[in-house]
Amino acid sequence: MEELDPVALRKEFPLLETRRRPDGKRLVYLDSASSSQRPYQVLEAMDTYYSTTHANVHRGVYAIAEEATRQFEEARAKVGRFVGAPNPATEIVFTKNATEALNLVAHSYGRGRLGMGKAVLLTEMEHHANLVPWLMLAGERGTELRYLPITDSYQLDLSDLDKLVDGAGVVAVSAMSNVLGTVNDLRPIVEAAHAAGAVVVVDASQLVPHRVVDVAAIGADFVAFTGHKMLGPTGIGVLWGREGLLEEMPPFLGGGEMIRDVRLDGFTTNDIPWKFEAGTPPIAEAIGLGAAVDYLESVGREAIAAHERALTYQAIELLTDRHGDDIRIFGPGPDDPNRGGVISFAYRDIHPHDLAQVLDSSGVCVRAGHHCAKPLMRRLGVSATARASLYLYNDEEDVTALSDALAKAGEFFG
Amino acid sequence: MSGLEDLYREIILDHYRSPRNRGELPVPPAQRVEGFNPLCGDEVVVFLEFADGVVKDVKIAGQGCSISQSSASMMSAAVKGKSIEEARQLISSFKAMMSIHEQAIGGDGSDGERAEANIPPDGLGELAALQGVVKFPVRIKCATLSWNTLAQALDEATAGVAADGAA
Ligand SMILES: Cc1ncc(COP(=O)(O)O)c(C=O)c1O
Repeated sequence: MEELDPVALRKEFPLLETRRRPDGKRLVYLDSASSSQRPYQVLEAMDTYYSTTHANVHRGVYAIAEEATRQFEEARAKVGRFVGAPNPATEIVFTKNATEALNLVAHSYGRGRLGMGKAVLLTEMEHHANLVPWLMLAGERGTELRYLPITDSYQLDLSDLDKLVDGAGVVAVSAMSNVLGTVNDLRPIVEAAHAAGAVVVVDASQLVPHRVVDVAAIGADFVAFTGHKMLGPTGIGVLWGREGLLEEMPPFLGGGEMIRDVRLDGFTTNDIPWKFEAGTPPIAEAIGLGAAVDYLESVGREAIAAHERALTYQAIELLTDRHGDDIRIFGPGPDDPNRGGVISFAYRDIHPHDLAQVLDSSGVCVRAGHHCAKPLMRRLGVSATARASLYLYNDEEDVTALSDALAKAGEFFG
Repeated sequence: MSGLEDLYREIILDHYRSPRNRGELPVPPAQRVEGFNPLCGDEVVVFLEFADGVVKDVKIAGQGCSISQSSASMMSAAVKGKSIEEARQLISSFKAMMSIHEQAIGGDGSDGERAEANIPPDGLGELAALQGVVKFPVRIKCATLSWNTLAQALDEATAGVAADGAA
């Protein structure tokens, strides 16, 4: 495996290459967990599609329409192979984002297939995207929601797993926390869920961009992720689902594309995956996501994971060495080999909003807030955290810039 | 640190470090109203006690960033002893100061100049120090959180009085 060179890679990301801070230095972008930047290969793929091939898909019989359809379906197959889908052509549903993918499952499986009286088991570390759709279901049908708690070392507490999963019809869990950086060991959860007869929904929004994810190896039934966190465009997300389950489920949104026949008194649905893709799909975005997948594969996902592991270790060591008790990191320690490159922290008693503002004046972009995980914030006993997140284009210089900017913020607020 | 001094004026930092009227009041006779900033999870609790149509006492609880906390602190100092009408007037002056940026970008797009040029924060006293917040649009919600909460408390108080009168 070849080591990746973040300095060389940055040259391929137009925003990182051209955007300058007021003092002329390059931007230090540490918010990829919220949304990554994208390389020119992705932008060009979308541009080329629009300027040479665009027509609506699955409709026209003329040449460019066929070509657009072919490119769109090729992108689907590519994304499917990327995550190890056994049947890439039928099991990959394109959505607007991960949120829509998870709503699709909660709606079509939750309302359509989940037996009355069956519970849904979630975790305390879920993003609102994998929480609110289930709360909506609970509000409508009285579905019981249960939660796997987290330990004081920021891991899922599985000690009551067997009890909690008993009577559950769905277990919905995040593969990696967008706040803590914890990468969850899904195997025992999948095993217990399947033994109890529940389907497993995995929110892999934070994991797919950074690690090799193989849906077949995970053994889950649904896996959701989102394009804009993995170098792809906004406006596209992905749901992988087992063929048999997708076939049984009722559609989510209704309209064109998802039907086979419509009469004035009813309709029949299209085959999967189109049954779940009502209306004109995000065609250029799918092609852009395909290009992002090509890019990630050309850099090498093992190399990306290795780079992020090393940099995350360096970052946590540097921050704790230099700032000591001034910094408190909410997440697994640097030695946890599974830990992702998401570092949430508190610095002295400076409010994360103020911290992010002062860091911005040093050209360092970090996120401050509840990160769409309010129950987790309550569990941590804070209303917000600051969060720096790393990706393939970050390097030690970025981490040092963060550390310097924190020291400046400390001086500023005295 | 471009522009940071515009945002974090000394007086703002002072109110943040030593907030005025911090605490709670017994309910009743005081009124208690909570406000949330859904963007960042900040929370402010305003306690208001009235006597003869005047804000007799006010206390602020909750947690948040320096902008939301100092704004709440300055607000508490400003409304204490004011009549309900005067307090309402203050709220609208403050919110007008905070909405200048939005008007400017909704208008001809030359937001920077207009945001700087035409603010007459008359009668706002030290609250005028928060004027710099309009250059940082995401922080406007932090500055207005306690004011929206105060407005709600006043509405509830006057609705309560009307209801009592009717009964
Ligand atoms: C863990 C997790 N799940 C879901 C989402 C939602 O992604 P999107 O906003 O693209 O739907 C995010 C990102 O915000 C996330 O971090």
